[in-house]
Amino acid sequence: MITTDICIVGAGPVGLFTVFEAGLLKMRCHLIDALPQVGGQLSEIYPQKPIYDIPGYPEVKAQELVDNLMKQIEPFNPSFTLGERVDYLAKQDDGSFVITTSDKTKVHAQVIVIAGGLGCFEPRKPVLENLENFEGKGITYMVKDPEQFRDKKVILAGGGDSALDWTIFLSDVAEKVTLVHRNETFRGAPDSAAKVFDMANNGKIDLILSSNLTKIAGNGHLQSVSMKNKAKEEITVDADYLIPLFGLSPKLGPIAEWGLNIDKNAIEVDTTDYSTNVERIYAVGDINTYENKLKLILCGFHEAALMCHSAFKYVYPDQKLSFKYTTVNGVNAF
Amino acid sequence: MVTFEVEDHDGNRQPIEAPDDMGLSLMEVLKASEYPVLATCGGMALCATCHVEVLEGKDGLGDATDPELDQLEGLPEMYDTSRLACQIRISDELEGAVFKLRGEDQ
Repeated sequence: MITTDICIVGAGPVGLFTVFEAGLLKMRCHLIDALPQVGGQLSEIYPQKPIYDIPGYPEVKAQELVDNLMKQIEPFNPSFTLGERVDYLAKQDDGSFVITTSDKTKVHAQVIVIAGGLGCFEPRKPVLENLENFEGKGITYMVKDPEQFRDKKVILAGGGDSALDWTIFLSDVAEKVTLVHRNETFRGAPDSAAKVFDMANNGKIDLILSSNLTKIAGNGHLQSVSMKNKAKEEITVDADYLIPLFGLSPKLGPIAEWGLNIDKNAIEVDTTDYSTNVERIYAVGDINTYENKLKLILCGFHEAALMCHSAFKYVYPDQKLSFKYTTVNGVNAF
Repeated sequence: MVTFEVEDHDGNRQPIEAPDDMGLSLMEVLKASEYPVLATCGGMALCATCHVEVLEGKDGLGDATDPELDQLEGLPEMYDTSRLACQIRISDELEGAVFKLRGEDQ
């Protein structure tokens, strides 16, 4: 089990800056994020977009801001669990918490900070009957370990770069790869699209265009996937795995079940310290709501600073916190 | 002012009146009208969470841009009449149009 002072749920810009503010107060942090990399929306959705309202930066690219935040928190040596969604929260007798992730990683912390932005980014799912019954039994939404697909019959669905890239990669691993796409052309990287068409012409993969997924079937594990083309003709293909790659969408996820006061998918907080209705749980950044809330990164930074000063009493109950400027005290690494 | 109709996820239609001289996008008007439009990226055609279907009045909208089509084609469901609300400017061309919400709820 990982033990830390503060467990931060969400490794976007506000979650990352929380590490800095906590570090100044000698509180250690562990961050969990459902995405496989830090940066949240900035890295996932718009890494190359310029941001103009970060103090001290007339203009900064989203990914550049994330990179700088990572550099800024280096002295405080945070630890990360990435690519795993927080699932369960268990309160301990002493008031602390144990968080369990979707991959059963456990983190013990005195304080929980939810900095989840718009929620965890979850895969967009096709509308198919019995889809949930086959999740983990042939249907997967990301390729974590390509070896899982070695010598298997794999169907990928989608027309973006992920679908093209994994089709190309898995063609050397799987027994058979089929790519299903709604259109006749791909809007992903032209090189990748050309390679996929070449592979289809050479018989290395099966390419099924102008078709949509319609049905999945199997006995305990996925065995076949059906699809229909624009002429309403249906075909069924044997498959061990189906990988729908339709992008990601933010959802609040299991946090909604933690007993927090929630209004329209945002967590209600007390603006004196951004605490929630559950003691020792705070919410900062886009995921919280209060009167006149502004969903701006710089507002999240402010919230993180106030929140850390409030959380200090749980981590160091016997110590009195005295405020010091970094210009006076410096940044003392640990 | 321009008036168009919006059909929500439950099939209910409501007329919306919006100013056509303020450079607003349909996404902004939908959010201001308290429709459950996620609009994660804030209107940059980068997330496709403000997906709408144009049920009537498609001709007045012009063609979708490449970035808009990139996003729409990444969705599990895309229709011939699919657009991103953030890329539709409110103008008098929208008079009488009907939009159906297709994006994810808030």
